[in-house]
Amino acid sequence: MTFLQLNDLKVHFPTDDGLVKSVDGLSFQLERGKTLGIVGESGSGKSVTSLSILGLHKGGRAKISGEIWLDGEELVSASQEHVRSLRGKKMAMIFQDPLSAMHPYYTVGDQIIEAYRIHNDVSKKVAKKHAIDMLGRVGIPQPDRRVDSYPHEFSGGMRQRAMIAMALSCDPELLIADEPTTALDVTVQAQILDLMRDLQRDFNAALIIITHDLGVVAELSDDILVMYGGKCIEYGSADDIFERPEHPYTWGLLGSMPRLDREVTERLLPIKGSPPSLINVPSGCAFHPRCAFEPRTGGKGSTVVPDLVETEGGHLVRCHLSREERRDIWATEIKPKLES
Amino acid sequence: MTETILSVEGLEKHFPVTKGLFKSQVGAVKAVDGISFDVRKGETLGLVGESGCGKTTTGRLITRLIEPTGGKITFEGHDITHMKQGKLRPLRRDMQMIFQDPYSSLNPRHTVGAIVGAPFRIQGIETEQGTKKAVQDILELVGLNPEHYNRYPHEFSGGQRQRIGIARTLALKPKLIIADEPVSALDVSIQAQVVNLLEDLQNELDLTYVVIAHDLSVVRHISDRVAVMYLGKIVEVGERAGLYGSPMHPYTNALLSAVPIPDPKQREGRERIRLTGDVPSPLNPPPACRFHTRCWKAQEICKTQEPPLAELAPGHAVACHFPENAPSKTETPATVA
Repeated sequence: MTFLQLNDLKVHFPTDDGLVKSVDGLSFQLERGKTLGIVGESGSGKSVTSLSILGLHKGGRAKISGEIWLDGEELVSASQEHVRSLRGKKMAMIFQDPLSAMHPYYTVGDQIIEAYRIHNDVSKKVAKKHAIDMLGRVGIPQPDRRVDSYPHEFSGGMRQRAMIAMALSCDPELLIADEPTTALDVTVQAQILDLMRDLQRDFNAALIIITHDLGVVAELSDDILVMYGGKCIEYGSADDIFERPEHPYTWGLLGSMPRLDREVTERLLPIKGSPPSLINVPSGCAFHPRCAFEPRTGGKGSTVVPDLVETEGGHLVRCHLSREERRDIWATEIKPKLES
Repeated sequence: MTETILSVEGLEKHFPVTKGLFKSQVGAVKAVDGISFDVRKGETLGLVGESGCGKTTTGRLITRLIEPTGGKITFEGHDITHMKQGKLRPLRRDMQMIFQDPYSSLNPRHTVGAIVGAPFRIQGIETEQGTKKAVQDILELVGLNPEHYNRYPHEFSGGQRQRIGIARTLALKPKLIIADEPVSALDVSIQAQVVNLLEDLQNELDLTYVVIAHDLSVVRHISDRVAVMYLGKIVEVGERAGLYGSPMHPYTNALLSAVPIPDPKQREGRERIRLTGDVPSPLNPPPACRFHTRCWKAQEICKTQEPPLAELAPGHAVACHFPENAPSKTETPATVA
């Protein structure tokens, strides 16, 4: 049985201006010990997906449909209390900005102890020892002293380490990291990515890493899911996405990014326009107003929503172009420009 | 060699730290602590470093948004270090700034026309066909619809707002533009649009840029020369190809090897240098070489003698006792005191 499985997840928010379809029919699977990278620009629905898995949109204004199966349990229909009992224990989250995710009035240790004691019937003393252990595990120097520090006394990198310690304190089987290194400097980011890689190996957790940085995804992920306008537009192994990408949006992302490992190109190859508003997602393929290859779809781009179709061995693409056309465009028009 | 448009010598900014009722000074944050560099006409100089290294302060000192505590800034032959605001104003036409956050750097109550037209008003410049026409021409230049003249900033997306900011910067046809993290608040696909726009404008209008950024790959893409800062000092400066191809300072090496490479094949087997710990506080920076606390090559001399910024290859200077990739590489100190 698959450890985590999403079937046609939809998260819609009714607002005064209309229905915001943040996530609109998302399905994927993830096994223990594997890492899934979810990539997309702001407003593509990647964070809403992660919050829905954790049940943090329950009871709010969100309209959620579809299924989320975690280790044999369905979470969309489960009660808030039940999901709450799983949160922290079975699944945990690492947030982007540790300063706003931690409570400024309590010491870092107290916050870890609280989470640990909710899920484990132990004394404060035992819990504190566990908190010190965890802080040591994530590489915080002198954990027995730092356990009594407040979040503001930590540097950005240390705070993110403390967040990871907190998330891992109950030994979760599913760990979701939402932009875990975006707020950090590049040398600290490298430390945190190393740490996450090592810890995942030790804990054998399923890891979902959400980011807009293709470099970070390439470092960590086994599989990659590219989101656009609330939908998955391409899914595949890391090699598929970086070596044989088939969706024009993925090409656009790769072309937008200057790379240190290649010769300097004359110009970047950006995507025209800007990401769509989720209140008013373009008709047909959501990407069609920005797509350079839309004319080749014979008018289907703006009228018909393309299906997510498998092209080869688990590599899924949502595009009107035929597989041959896509491969031809990638090999003759896109790849040479990226590598020139 | 081409003309120098901006020259900075020994620039310093120490922010005082005060204590108690009488605000007696108990220390100073040495945000920028004696940096020197030249900017040549028509080039793009990239200024990179991690948070707290003083790169933004440097940008604000050059544009005189804050008062330097030491050193000298020369812009087109004028010493502007302590020039009075009144005398500085005419020079401001030639030196403009692009800000990082397109949300907070535009007044939400002003229309695009008022924002981009403000420089004309403040400088009292009359244009042939009126300010409105001039503003619309600039809007078109940066890829915005001139009909958006009467709209407000909130009606635009982040990328469009950044274009409005760029339009304002360009209004008076400046010679030098200081861009402080011009693309870091934008989405990846929009970043590329703005980077291309900056390059096009440079070619068209013969601009000189100082680009301040933390993203090493963006800086490599747009800069001709790059300066790396660490704790208020420039540790290495050189031509783009030299600096990225054969970095000499251990810190530059570490920075470059920390950048994640978007290629899963290179995940294994890539040689990485991992720095431990965090950047020390600029309130109390380490003595002598400021990088010695995190440097794997550090020896006794690094703790006692500050390495000068020495030119070891043509146009490539580094402040290190044990530089890497240096021509006639030796393991002895590169400079003798």
